[in-house]
Amino acid sequence: MSSPTFLLVGFQARRRAKARSRSLKPWYRNTPLVAGMIVVGLLILLAIFAPLIAPYDPIAQDLGATLQGPSAAHWLGTDKFGRDVLSRLIWGAQVDLRVGFLAVLIPFVFGSILGAFAGYFGGWFDAIVMRIVDVFFAFPFLVMVIVLVFILGSGETSIYLAIAAVSWVSYVKIVRGEVISAKEQDYVVGARLGGMSNARVLFRHIGPNVFSQAIIYAMSDIVMNIMGIVTLGYLGLGIAPPTAEWGSMILEGQEFITTHWLQATVPGLMVVITSLGVSWLGDGLSDLLSPERRK
Amino acid sequence: MNEQSVLRVSNVTKTYSFRTPLLERLATKGTKSTALTALDGINLELRKGEILALVGESGSGKSTLAKILVGSIAASSGEITHNGSAMPAHRTKDLTRSIQMVFQDPYSSLNPRISVGSMLAELLLLHKIVPRREVRQESIRLLNRVGMDEDALDAYPSQFSGGQRQRIAIARALAVRPDVLIADEPVSALDVSVQATILDLFASLRDELGLTILFVAHNLAVVQHLSQRVAVMYLGRIVEVAETAELFANPRHPYTRALIASIPRMTAGSVSTELILSGEPPSPFEIPNGCRFHPRCPFATIACTENDPALLPLARRGGDADLPYHASACLLADALPQSTSSPARTGASAHPSQSHGNSQEAL
Repeated sequence: MSSPTFLLVGFQARRRAKARSRSLKPWYRNTPLVAGMIVVGLLILLAIFAPLIAPYDPIAQDLGATLQGPSAAHWLGTDKFGRDVLSRLIWGAQVDLRVGFLAVLIPFVFGSILGAFAGYFGGWFDAIVMRIVDVFFAFPFLVMVIVLVFILGSGETSIYLAIAAVSWVSYVKIVRGEVISAKEQDYVVGARLGGMSNARVLFRHIGPNVFSQAIIYAMSDIVMNIMGIVTLGYLGLGIAPPTAEWGSMILEGQEFITTHWLQATVPGLMVVITSLGVSWLGDGLSDLLSPERRK
Repeated sequence: MNEQSVLRVSNVTKTYSFRTPLLERLATKGTKSTALTALDGINLELRKGEILALVGESGSGKSTLAKILVGSIAASSGEITHNGSAMPAHRTKDLTRSIQMVFQDPYSSLNPRISVGSMLAELLLLHKIVPRREVRQESIRLLNRVGMDEDALDAYPSQFSGGQRQRIAIARALAVRPDVLIADEPVSALDVSVQATILDLFASLRDELGLTILFVAHNLAVVQHLSQRVAVMYLGRIVEVAETAELFANPRHPYTRALIASIPRMTAGSVSTELILSGEPPSPFEIPNGCRFHPRCPFATIACTENDPALLPLARRGGDADLPYHASACLLADALPQSTSSPARTGASAHPSQSHGNSQEAL
């Protein structure tokens, strides 16, 4: 080109454009992420090493030492059967965390994949999936879980199944919406122009941009699940006694709330701490997983 | 037509129809659906190794045409011929590869989670452009080709500026070795200083690789020094096609004149005020009768409100066979006053009051 404009800026063009290395915030400077990792990490360690940490057997009764206050032998006292409250709290972490985390897996995987297909392909498949989702959405989460556990019978497996059967719909909705908006982005059109198959476009190009939203939601879902199992335990539909579990501890401690308030409040506090930790983790992850949203 | 034609668009039309909601239809006794004509019988030819500029206001259908050419939306009717054979409705991987696109917004056209290197490698491997062991070398070659360094390979799009991203987007399009590049307003989202460097890059791609480029722009100034030919679009039609120099020297459609007149100039007082267009282009739902430009045209006559002019080659003046091909969709194409840089006031002022009156009546 020989026009004046091009001569004027020609030397600029020849100067090689260099990749600017913008300093991104390292993960350890992400306060909610680190706080969440510490809290959740400690709780997981507590749950895993419960047999080593807990000073007593959580279900061993000592009817000679019931309803004791805090002492050197029993830091948080004993319950109405003389069981050590601290040991039950530590063992309870095992049950509650296991259900909270595991019950998220099936709905997360199943719901996300279904939502991705519905959003990407649209049409009658999308219409059918979304009508089913609407039906599930019409019922409140806990009511639905309680009904299902009632039908399936109490126990850990039926709790997993009940939670999975109810919560997959949220993942469908989230991922479907994200896929629909990502589908219109030029980078997706560009990938299609690259001659890529639907599967490749969906899972390699759209997937990483939309599943982060589902992962972030999964964190709040863990909190919901823990609340769910605690509520079930409180209603007597959860893990069968005498297994230590925070919900049933609150239920059992409730009748002594005026005289031995620690028995109901300490497991409640554990639920709050766990929820807080997982929420922080979700917050931190959303920051970490969405670099383009951070600007 | 020309045997050098790489891509030919024959009579391509794109209409969108919208269903009127039932209640509204009952209330207003309206029709069941309304149709929008985005493209109305487009004929265009892209010759090997040229840059053809497609210019028009927003809503003229130029981006729709670009999307139809790359196959990301389907035309309602008409045919696209690529190297002599008709493009099927569902393109094969290889046909898709042969026509690539550079998008307007370099911020949304690159995947934020895929590094530049792996984006290029994926395409090179998918289309078996080079053997696996040469992928890195080929990627570096592509980056150098668009004026980027090797260290861009490991970087993510968020680490680059708009101009750099557009270079990377061009490298992606080049990676699969297309024979046609459709550039959809590739510089309109960039800073003015960066625009020229990207235009320069397009020019060098044509000169050095012999690439055929359709360059969509909404501004004639951008393409003046870049393209060989210009096609001007207005409301879904091509209203004028000519070689760039010819189009600027001798525009034969009032709309083209208005576009040229709207290019900012350095010299004071040279802006021809009577050719500044007033108002918005009419809604594509209600295309005016007759010439679709007549409501905004300073030269319009009664005939313009009644007859819809076709895009026709201009009469070869004086039998000179060397005159460049020049077609215009204006009833007055041969009768328009000559110059635009110093527009003949007589020509413009003889009609306006009368023609405006007419167009108002017609509406």
